[in-house]
Amino acid sequence: MADLANTSVNAWRRENGRVGVRNHVLILPVDDISNAACEAVANNVKGTMAIPHAYGRLQFGEDLELHFRTIIGTGANPNVAAVVVIGIEPEWTKVIVDGIAKTGKPVEGFSIEQKGDFETIRQASWKAKEFVHWATELQKEPVPLTDLWVSTKCGESDTTTGLSSCPTVGNMYDKLLPHGLYGCFGETSEITGAEHICAKRAATPEAGEKFMKLFQAYQDEVIEPFKTTDLSDSQPTKGNILGGLSTIEEKAMGNLEKIGRTSTYIDAIGPAETPEKGPGLYFMDSSSAAAECVTLMAAGGFVIHTFPTGQGNVIGNPIVPVIKISGNPRTLRTMSEHIDVDVTGVLTREMTIDEAGDALIDMIIRTANGRHTAAEALGHREFSMTKLYRSA
Amino acid sequence: MRNIPQLLVHHPDDNVGVVVVEGLKAGTEMLCVITHDNSDFRLTAKADIPIGHKVALKDLKAGDTVVKYGEDIGKMVGNAGTGEHVHTHNLKTKRW
Repeated sequence: MADLANTSVNAWRRENGRVGVRNHVLILPVDDISNAACEAVANNVKGTMAIPHAYGRLQFGEDLELHFRTIIGTGANPNVAAVVVIGIEPEWTKVIVDGIAKTGKPVEGFSIEQKGDFETIRQASWKAKEFVHWATELQKEPVPLTDLWVSTKCGESDTTTGLSSCPTVGNMYDKLLPHGLYGCFGETSEITGAEHICAKRAATPEAGEKFMKLFQAYQDEVIEPFKTTDLSDSQPTKGNILGGLSTIEEKAMGNLEKIGRTSTYIDAIGPAETPEKGPGLYFMDSSSAAAECVTLMAAGGFVIHTFPTGQGNVIGNPIVPVIKISGNPRTLRTMSEHIDVDVTGVLTREMTIDEAGDALIDMIIRTANGRHTAAEALGHREFSMTKLYRSA
Repeated sequence: MRNIPQLLVHHPDDNVGVVVVEGLKAGTEMLCVITHDNSDFRLTAKADIPIGHKVALKDLKAGDTVVKYGEDIGKMVGNAGTGEHVHTHNLKTKRW
């Protein structure tokens, strides 16, 4: 492999110094009832993208904070050049606009009450058009590969993920984290059965304790109050079971292969929170549902996502390229249009994990330089908000 | 053609391995590789076992702990002889 510390990619350096690998102009709804106006603006102005979602009204407390953090984090992500925000009323719209404005990027808010959809769409379309002209003249520049923030989460896992695609991601982290990369893994419930091993992979006792606290809270507040007989119908999923995974412990062991052999995490953070302890690996408290988890990591500021799959998860994200890696030969035979990195050679012993890790790093470089991922080419833009409890 | 393994085993302590080829038939004498140290051995499959599914490397009885990655991944709730299929019908989590 080349000298990773001195490898550069062509990407956009944003106002706050962060590096983005895409240049989206977002039309971002504050709430569900503003989706229609956002979609109309995105239809009027080519080169923009609306990301409709299901929530944003009558939420309160921690759930509202998570909603704001996710929406603001999505707009603030370095893959986004500029943002038009639309909400039903001005106050929460301003909360989102002010949050995104802290990055220094252009952002403008519009609210629908006292105007209606037509007038809002008219005003917002003019601003969106202005943003598109501005964003499309922004130039890429060479930036260090390790200035990227790269997250991971696997999906539709099977026993081949633990043997091939997950250790491929782990190998990538072992090679890039020492040079200053930011990394992120999560899937709190899916570490069940391996939490003692995960706790030991903390860089400091504080980080390990923080992880165990988040893990225990998920068990106590989410799993225990709502489970029926057990979670064997959800974790492992039906797809996991078809692929040969029998228990959550087995799935958890495969999951943890994604953090490699030598990497340790320096902090455990809440959902959609932005890392604050400098370069290194972070654990993010998150659901193991693919779209929810990737949405939270994107809102945390990660710009490329690496996604090992066994049985063939098809997920993408509106703003973050999702690189899919699979080692399952049946999946490569039946649904290769979804896979970016083929590591089936690991199972046939024709490819080492070291070579697979290099292949993934090469694909991260190509993706950062502009190659569209399978999920981008196929239009997968799953954006799923995590909701903590019922609205008021 | 090179020898391509039909079964991969993570760790020398494991008592199950994973079928990594499609269409494995009962009676196949499998080439089994332990990925931890690249050592290999032979084992005969006692059933048609789908890709990704597990095979007992030794006789397992109800109550036995199943070891994969060198770690506890649950307990047997039925028996599986050497070379037989291990999955949700005879293996269950110790959690939940």
